[in-house]
Amino acid sequence: MTGEREAPVGLPRLLNAIPAHGAMSLAEHLSVHGEPPLARSRRARRGAGALIEEIEQAGLHGRGGAAFPTAVKMRGVAHARGRPIVVVNAAEGEPASSKDHTLLTGLAHLVLDGGVLAAQALGADQVIVCIPESSTASLQSVKIALAERQHASAGLPSIEPRTVPERYVTGQESALVNHLNGGPALPTFTPPLPFERGVRRRPTLVNNAETLAHLALIARHGARWFRELGTTAQPGSTLITLSGPLVYPGVYEIEHGASLSSLLHAAGGATAPLRAGLFGGYAGAWIDANQLPNLALRDEHLKPYGASLGAGVIALLSEDACGVAETVTVTRWLAEQSAGQCGPCVHGLDAIATSLEEVAAGTARRDAKQRIARLASLARRRGACGHPDGAIRFILSAIEVFAAEFADHARHGPCDACAGARELPLPATPRPAAALVG
Amino acid sequence: MSHRLRVNPIACEAHGMCAELLPERITLDDWGYPILDEKPIPRALLDHARRAAQACPTFALLVERQSDYQKPR
Repeated sequence: MTGEREAPVGLPRLLNAIPAHGAMSLAEHLSVHGEPPLARSRRARRGAGALIEEIEQAGLHGRGGAAFPTAVKMRGVAHARGRPIVVVNAAEGEPASSKDHTLLTGLAHLVLDGGVLAAQALGADQVIVCIPESSTASLQSVKIALAERQHASAGLPSIEPRTVPERYVTGQESALVNHLNGGPALPTFTPPLPFERGVRRRPTLVNNAETLAHLALIARHGARWFRELGTTAQPGSTLITLSGPLVYPGVYEIEHGASLSSLLHAAGGATAPLRAGLFGGYAGAWIDANQLPNLALRDEHLKPYGASLGAGVIALLSEDACGVAETVTVTRWLAEQSAGQCGPCVHGLDAIATSLEEVAAGTARRDAKQRIARLASLARRRGACGHPDGAIRFILSAIEVFAAEFADHARHGPCDACAGARELPLPATPRPAAALVG
Repeated sequence: MSHRLRVNPIACEAHGMCAELLPERITLDDWGYPILDEKPIPRALLDHARRAAQACPTFALLVERQSDYQKPR
């Protein structure tokens, strides 16, 4: 697996030599990372499956949020019947995430290498890159990258960019597959899972764009190199989208297990006292500011708080913001982002959002907290996808971490900060409200 | 071979027939959607479970063999 050139040491890996503006050209990409070990002869193609073994040794986990072992997913696809298809998931429905956008606009070649290498390992002849409709810059960048690669693509799997509707649940695997099959970009009832029967009923590998970028480097430098960074349980580096009151918010590459303090230092430090941090986006969990100084960015450290790195989204909240108002706003948005297909999700999230709005306004009944807990238990694990589960994780952890603020609002109504602007990012344009289908 | 109940939440339209036909295993939530007892169905209830599944107007209730599928979460 290891090429002739020396493997790079330390960080950054993915973001190595990323241009401050615009995209890395194919020539720059090859001079930074070297040629990808593509199989151009028939004999080489027969040996391409060895990459799966290397990915397993590397311990690569998916970077889309679920952290599923990539090699297990690849094996599932490889063992299913039919010629596989590879889908690069850059749908990035998480409002506080911009790593997929960063990768596609700056480093499309690395992601495309990963897609093609994964396809060859599986014997797939097609790679589909899913890009949100509004990300015209990503689409443009991928198109330019494809044009640059054209002369060298003979005999390699084809690559096709496809735009997908901008919606929170679009990035869910079965929703992407449903969309690529001509249906709505909404989750489907599983099984069959995409690895068994996906795009055009073929076994389909759906991987996050960052996952495939790592795969492209593991194919070049090997599993042992990958494990030089990170922890035993979470090897390698990972991209973090860091937002909040910081000098330089943005996308950073860290080693798994790095301290949050070092990341904040890299971001120029906080510009305001912090109240709490949200880990894993709007399907994630809050951690109180007093726990943040000692926090290591690895799931073993985050688990006691019910949090995980998820898709690498960390949103910090300042003390000037109102945790209640932020929670209410995001909860209503999450309720509206329900695909509208499953009753418990549609009714449950809407009822919880209404309850939270009453608490924030100071008009809730005294048993509101118990009511929300009961509604949460009714909605959790009862949808076709994980949307209600993630939303409820976010809501319950907010109620716990902002307990004092919630108690205060329940008694006295809105605070001064409630009237101000929200700190947590949400899409500017309103998305279609959920309505129960059928 | 043990069997268990599963509901397709996308197909389910809260008709509530299942809870009437299999109250031993199915209750309804605030909005009329079934809450299933996911324990294996005892042999004595299996015929009732199958009847409840057949009675569902949207075929959303499934009686599955335990080994068929484990939800990965």
